Amino acid sequence: MAAAMPLALFVLQLLGPGGWCLAEPQRDSLREELVITPLPSGDVAATFQFRTRWDSELQREGVSHYRLFPKALGQLISKYSLRELHLSFTQGFWRTRYWGPPFLQAPSGAELWVWFQDTVTNVDKSWKELSNVLSGIFCASLNFIDSTNTVTPTASFKPLGLANDTDHYFLRYAVLPREVVCTENLTPWKKLLPCSSKAGLSVLLKADRLFHTSYHSQAVHIRPVCRNARCTSISWELRQTLSVVFDAFITGQGKKDWSLFRMFSRTLTEPCPLASESRVYVDITNYNQDNETLEVNPPPTTTYQDVILGTRKTYAIYDLLDTATINNSRNLNIQLKWKRPAENGYIHYQPAQDRLQPHLLEMLIQLPANSVTKVSIQFERALLKWTEYTPDPNHGFYVSPSVLSALVPSMVAAKPVDWEESPLFNSLFPVSDGSNYFVRLYTEPLLVNLPTPDFSMPYNVICLTCTVVAVCYGSFYNLLTRTFHIEEPRTGGLAKRLANLIRRIRGVPLL
Amino acid sequence: MAVSHCFSRAASAFTAVLLFSFGCVAASHIEDQAEQFFRSGHTNNWAVLVCTSRFWFNYRHVANTLSVYRSVKRLGIPDSHIVLMLADDMACNPRNPKPATVFSHKNMELNVYGDDVEVDYRSYEVTVENFLRVLTGRIPPSTPRSKRLLSDDRSNILIYMTGHGGNGFLKFQDSEEITNIELADAFEQMWQKRRYNELLFIIDTCQGASMYERFYSPNIMALASSQVGEDSLSHQPDPAIGVHLMDRYTFYVLEFLEEINPASQTNMNDLFQVCPKSLCVSTPGHRTDLFQRDPKNVLITDFFGSVRKVEITTETINLQQDSEIMESSYKEDQMDEELMEPLKYAEQLPVAQIIHQKPKLKDWHPPGGFILGLWALIIMVFFKTYGIKHMKFIF
Repeated sequence: MAAAMPLALFVLQLLGPGGWCLAEPQRDSLREELVITPLPSGDVAATFQFRTRWDSELQREGVSHYRLFPKALGQLISKYSLRELHLSFTQGFWRTRYWGPPFLQAPSGAELWVWFQDTVTNVDKSWKELSNVLSGIFCASLNFIDSTNTVTPTASFKPLGLANDTDHYFLRYAVLPREVVCTENLTPWKKLLPCSSKAGLSVLLKADRLFHTSYHSQAVHIRPVCRNARCTSISWELRQTLSVVFDAFITGQGKKDWSLFRMFSRTLTEPCPLASESRVYVDITNYNQDNETLEVNPPPTTTYQDVILGTRKTYAIYDLLDTATINNSRNLNIQLKWKRPAENGYIHYQPAQDRLQPHLLEMLIQLPANSVTKVSIQFERALLKWTEYTPDPNHGFYVSPSVLSALVPSMVAAKPVDWEESPLFNSLFPVSDGSNYFVRLYTEPLLVNLPTPDFSMPYNVICLTCTVVAVCYGSFYNLLTRTFHIEEPRTGGLAKRLANLIRRIRGVPLL
Repeated sequence: MAVSHCFSRAASAFTAVLLFSFGCVAASHIEDQAEQFFRSGHTNNWAVLVCTSRFWFNYRHVANTLSVYRSVKRLGIPDSHIVLMLADDMACNPRNPKPATVFSHKNMELNVYGDDVEVDYRSYEVTVENFLRVLTGRIPPSTPRSKRLLSDDRSNILIYMTGHGGNGFLKFQDSEEITNIELADAFEQMWQKRRYNELLFIIDTCQGASMYERFYSPNIMALASSQVGEDSLSHQPDPAIGVHLMDRYTFYVLEFLEEINPASQTNMNDLFQVCPKSLCVSTPGHRTDLFQRDPKNVLITDFFGSVRKVEITTETINLQQDSEIMESSYKEDQMDEELMEPLKYAEQLPVAQIIHQKPKLKDWHPPGGFILGLWALIIMVFFKTYGIKHMKFIF
């Protein structure tokens, strides 16, 4: 063995100089990107995408040299003749009403949908084997996918990659809503990345921060894409995406200031050396030079504007491959600060104390014109003590109406009036500024049904109990304390009977 | 004469010395052989770690299993040789105030869940059937490699089980039990199939000693946290998490294992002394009669650590780029490019196409055996009753 080694080296060196001087263009490339989006509700969403593109025909035999494309997935594609694979693990639900539309949403639990190549003869068998293999790779219970939870959609799912014809017979879709996603699913997902979690954007992927979120979704998408603009040949694209939404209140203080360190407890130090592109995009659509609502620190060098999901958005770009981004401080910690406080200039809230004082909420709001503003408060109905109920509790309990005190801009400027001269209806409220007038409005009172106990219950219980006690106990008492004696049947003629009748009247023992 | 006497004396002394030295060498050789005999002959290590309890208040059972997992990984057994079965998810449970963590010490000192955990069987997959299939190797063919126990006759296997148990049984997930007889039979199957060299069985449940009473296969050593009739107690609750974090026996075993490193020479007798009654309240028990070696010669690392075949070399090896292969495949691709016509992406929601597509007719299958059998029965009865002459009315 030791002797064979130098021989092998010698042989290789003979072959070597022929090829290795040429700079071979690499067949696969990696792009990594992180998009940070401050959400309207004060939370912040972070979406990672790692995309490996491999210019190769995986269907051909003999592919054994894997560089950036993970071998586990490459072997899956060739063994099961996959055309597309989409697998996602999600915890939580994307709240579109509060957070806006998502880039890519996934259902809670695990979702797997696969397009097979049309060379596959037994699709169901391949589907079952594929879900078992994936359950081993991702440490999830995907082996529970069988015919009871698999469907073949006919219209909703078309291939996301290149496709010449779409026979839906080769599509399978399954969801496991009970599937939990935790660190054991993140670990193999991270190991598929070329830089693992050692360099680049993946150093931010720490489980103890990523699972302390309102929404966590990680996915693997494999599909064939066009290699160039002419689209005459296929490349395989692997996208690994991870979306999280950090909750302002879970991570403390409730302030809307965010930074990479606060979100991930790490900062970025270097790009992945294997990546051809490594960027961080921050959504600064709400950043306006005049208003100065959102401040991003360090200031970005370039921006990107485009129409995303129907609206025009602006993104600040931080390119990690650009050495100027990480120069002095050796790390990049992007900070977002909201300069001006929220539109509500003043809020005063005094919570209630049971049986002492009520809730008091005062808010100063500036209402934009031609708009509808809704203010809602959640409350819980408490149980009162039985002496605190009114004689008619089924009527309900009243909540006092709200007061709206407003300064309404008036169309015509008013002059300050002399109270003695003007009619009485004009001097209800003092006018200080002629451009607007003061008005105080009230809402309707609220009638709330509290849970009402059954007040006739004690009476019913007493009646029933007394009846039972009287019947049972009374019977037992009689049985135990009364004596019984046998009465002889009375025989005898008429005379005897008359005599007994007289004796009974007298109260004397009978014959 | 004196000289010859001297000479013979010297000669005898010399032969005596020679014999003595030979004897020394021979004795040390025999001693080596004897020592080899007492050292374990295993070449690889496996671990099967099972937590059988579901629900948040059984957090401590998951923490027990994960602390053994952590020790075993630290001492060298790789994830590919560990089958970890956790019946419920505590780390990402909505009731966990610190997600993605499982703590073993209060005040959140030690996170045994870690960042690198691989759970092979989780949640509903932890059943008696799956556990026995893992042990005996009778697994459906599509099971992935990480879920198999691929041991051979030179493997030392550590089996750790924890959960709620009773006299002679262990409860799985509140819905089924495994009895000590089933377990003993499973180990006998493993022995018959030569699936282990030596086996260490540790159980931390109430009345745990009843689970190893029925073993009858050789080379098994067993430890339990409590005797029959005794309960195993939990260690300490954490006020922030709200549940008990560990069981006492495993807590002290973990403390003991934290002192062990891959090169340590601590033996099994020390493990037997780990939790005396004063600390554990229950009496831990052990069983060594089926084991061939003396426990004082068995190292802890024989079961908790891993044997590695490592060859150290000081030569430098040059790795050359095998550009030949890459060049040839690149050329083939270039040829393909000119042949194919342009491809396009599919339209995601082609409304017109969807509306006008015809629903696919289900494939016609011939009637199955039951229907055929039923009709055959009816026809037979008819002919038996009325005779064959009625056939002319049918045809």
